[in-house]
Amino acid sequence: MNFSIGDAVAVKDDWPETRGPAHIRTPHYLRGHKGQIVRYLGDHPNPEDLAFARPAPKRPLYHVTFPMTELWPDGRANDSLVVELYEHWLERA
Amino acid sequence: MSIVETDGPELLAALRKLLAAKNIVSDEDIAARRQSTDNASPGQGAKMVARAWTDPAYKALMLEDGTKAAEAMNIPMVGMPPLGVLENTGDVHNLIVCTLCSCYPRAVLGYPPFWYKSAAYRARAVRDPRGLLGEFRTTLPDDVQIHVVDSTADYRWMVLPKRPEGTEGWSVEQLAAIVREGDMVGVTVPSV
Repeated sequence: MNFSIGDAVAVKDDWPETRGPAHIRTPHYLRGHKGQIVRYLGDHPNPEDLAFARPAPKRPLYHVTFPMTELWPDGRANDSLVVELYEHWLERA
Repeated sequence: MSIVETDGPELLAALRKLLAAKNIVSDEDIAARRQSTDNASPGQGAKMVARAWTDPAYKALMLEDGTKAAEAMNIPMVGMPPLGVLENTGDVHNLIVCTLCSCYPRAVLGYPPFWYKSAAYRARAVRDPRGLLGEFRTTLPDDVQIHVVDSTADYRWMVLPKRPEGTEGWSVEQLAAIVREGDMVGVTVPSV
């Protein structure tokens, strides 16, 4: 577990689905955007491997919050979105 | 004969026999799961909400560990994804969506309502939550923050709605009766 509550993170601007078959739990509209860790949700087998019946090492899962103004040009100030993201999709911001 | 031509019920019976013989899943396990699936309905979640409104220790447990709180109400959670519960307050309103598919806390709310899986709901919940709530006739004060919860991975999320005014002194049965599935998804709020 590399991140702590309150850490500023960015979702990787990565598009594995353009490189071949992929199963991804990171919604496209969040890639490249900056958020903040709000909760640690435990370690879980990586669904990107599970979906292809590959050995699935456990990865830390976090609840990450994003201001709506970060995601949408007309996002409303003070509204936010929170989403479960795996650690390997996050970078320090 | 190829497997796709085999009679379905026969194939199922053979599969169940194999699962039992290999000690993977017994007939009892299947019967128990069928029963918990049949019993799962918004009434289960409503009972949890009503208890949380009247029992501060239970509410604390529910917000800390939804799975344990469900089990404390005899809702079977074996084999279910962990349940998280988020509280609506005077300052924060949570709205649950799964933009990737249709993750839903079935153990405590049963089958999702038809609109929950629609592409329109999934897209608009994250893009225009206040407009979407308006179509459910839900208007929130301007100073209430909306937290949209995109349920994408290993958790299932449910909302603990805010107890409406005018319910002081009500029994847990009376309270449970006013909690609807939409209140626990966050598209509506309980009212009396």
